[in-house]
This record gives sequence, structure tokens and C-alpha cells, in this order.
Amino acid sequence: MKSLAELQALREKVQNRVNIRQENADMIRVVVGMATCGIAAGARPVLNELADRVQEKGLTDKIQVSQTGCIGLCQYEPIVEVFEPGKDKVTYIKMDVDKADEVLERHLIGGHVVDKYTMGSSGLK
Amino acid sequence: MMTEISLNILDVAENSTRANASLVTLIVAASTAEDTLKVVIADDGCGMTEEQVQKVTDPFFTTRTTRKVGLGVPFFKQAAESTGGSFDIVSEPGVGTTVTAVFGLSNIDRMPLGDISSTVHNLIIYHPETDFFFRYSVDGREFTLDTREMKEILGGVPLDEPEVSAYIKEYLVENKKETDKEVFV
Repeated sequence: MKSLAELQALREKVQNRVNIRQENADMIRVVVGMATCGIAAGARPVLNELADRVQEKGLTDKIQVSQTGCIGLCQYEPIVEVFEPGKDKVTYIKMDVDKADEVLERHLIGGHVVDKYTMGSSGLK
Repeated sequence: MMTEISLNILDVAENSTRANASLVTLIVAASTAEDTLKVVIADDGCGMTEEQVQKVTDPFFTTRTTRKVGLGVPFFKQAAESTGGSFDIVSEPGVGTTVTAVFGLSNIDRMPLGDISSTVHNLIIYHPETDFFFRYSVDGREFTLDTREMKEILGGVPLDEPEVSAYIKEYLVENKKETDKEVFV
């Protein structure tokens, strides 16, 4: 069994670094819909993929991944919304793990919206 | 429909966090002797009136304003009852809500528990203000996770700090594996 003793050691290791981390004004916010509709459509793996990759790539100070409830577009779930300071919100629909990876690489890191997965490109407003 | 019981648990426990619970208790207990898989989600949130409790299993009832249906609880109820199990909600305004679902463990219609470690991890990481107590047991073997205990050990280090988050995930996955042994839940 994994014990809590490791957590004590971890505390000592990270404590000094934590204070440095703070909210950054030009952070990109990525929000995944996690209500019944989103969860049933497969939002959990999408959320976890985005969060894990952002963490792996050491981008947690630039990209914040979080979750939200239902925005009323249940038929297009899993939905991922991207909020960049000074730019219009981008809404990606019918997401999966592979699409999430692509959005991370090309949009969140590369700065180019992946039009083919957006709500706008599907003819919806 | 959900494809895993763990997704139902994630969905219903999200309701607890929206009810402003300060503590959410999640219990998953499998017993091959009794042939049951029992799931309890209990919170100390705002609770529901008797009228709301009666309506909450109706798919056309929701308190949301973004849509007109509320399928989370009906999905969970149907999933349990279709395995010869039972489903129960007890709630009181200002006290909290307890949802109990019992599944027939070996029933052919029971969906797998699925990735319960991700469910618990997601709940903990994305609801830093809420405390979670999780107990997982299989045939008398068990492990627990209590975020109150973890927060005390961590001092001010947040649970969503990357290395702490990774530790919590490993804690859940490894301890579940040891608790499961040869039983597939």
C-alpha cells in the first residue's frame, strides 16, 4: 500500500517552489464541460489529457485547465472552450483525446486556432 | 447512458460540490459473498426538499437553466436497478444528501466500475475547496483517502500542485490494485 509518509517528503520538496507560482494575467484558460452531458459524451479523458500534457510539458504557468458545468449545447459535447486574454473565445465541439492533443499543440502552444473542430466551422453560431 | 459506474459517481458527486458541500464522502464496496457492489455518495451540502427528492429521479426535472432535462440521477438509478439492485436518496435541506446505489455484482447488465481512481482524482483536483473522504473495499480489504488528512500533512501546499496531484493519482491507482487482488470490479 502506498502510504502518506511520501506526502510528508513531497511537502518538504515542493514547499519552497509553491510561493513562486501565481496567477498570471496573460494565462490561457482552457475549460472543459463536465456536467452529465459532457461526462456521458467522454469529457473526462479529454480533461485529463489536456491537464496531463500541460503538466508534462511544464506549461502550468501559461495554460490553466479547469472544468465547468453545462452550457446548454449538450449535443456538441465534449466541449472545450479556450479563453485567451484580448481575443475572442474559441469553442471546440465534439472533442476527443486526439483532437485535444492537436488543439494543445497547434492552438494553445502554436497560437493557431484549429478551425476544423470549432463551433463556428460547423455552421453553428 | 454512462459507460462506467465511475462516471455516474463523478456526475452525481459534482452535484454535491454544486450544493456547496464542505465534505463529500464516497464509498465503493464490493462483496463477492453478498454479490453486491454498493456505492454511497454523501454530502453535507444544501440538501433538497421532500418535493425535490421525489422529482430528482424524473429525467424531465432539473434546477439548471441551461437545459430542460436532468439525466444524471435517473441514469444512476436505472443502472443500479437494471442489475437487480436498489437506489435510494435521503436528503434534508441544510443537512445534506446521501445517495445509495446497490448493484448486483455478477449481474450481466452491470457495467464495469471503470476508472474510479480518475473519478476521485478529478473531484479532488478540480474542487480544492471541498474535502473528500473515499473508502474503497473489496471482500473486507480496504483503503481510504481523506483530503483533510492530506491537507494537514501538506501545510499550505495545494493538492493541485503537479507533484502532489501525481502522488494522489498514484496513491489511488496502487492502493486500488492491492485492494482488488483477483476480483474484477
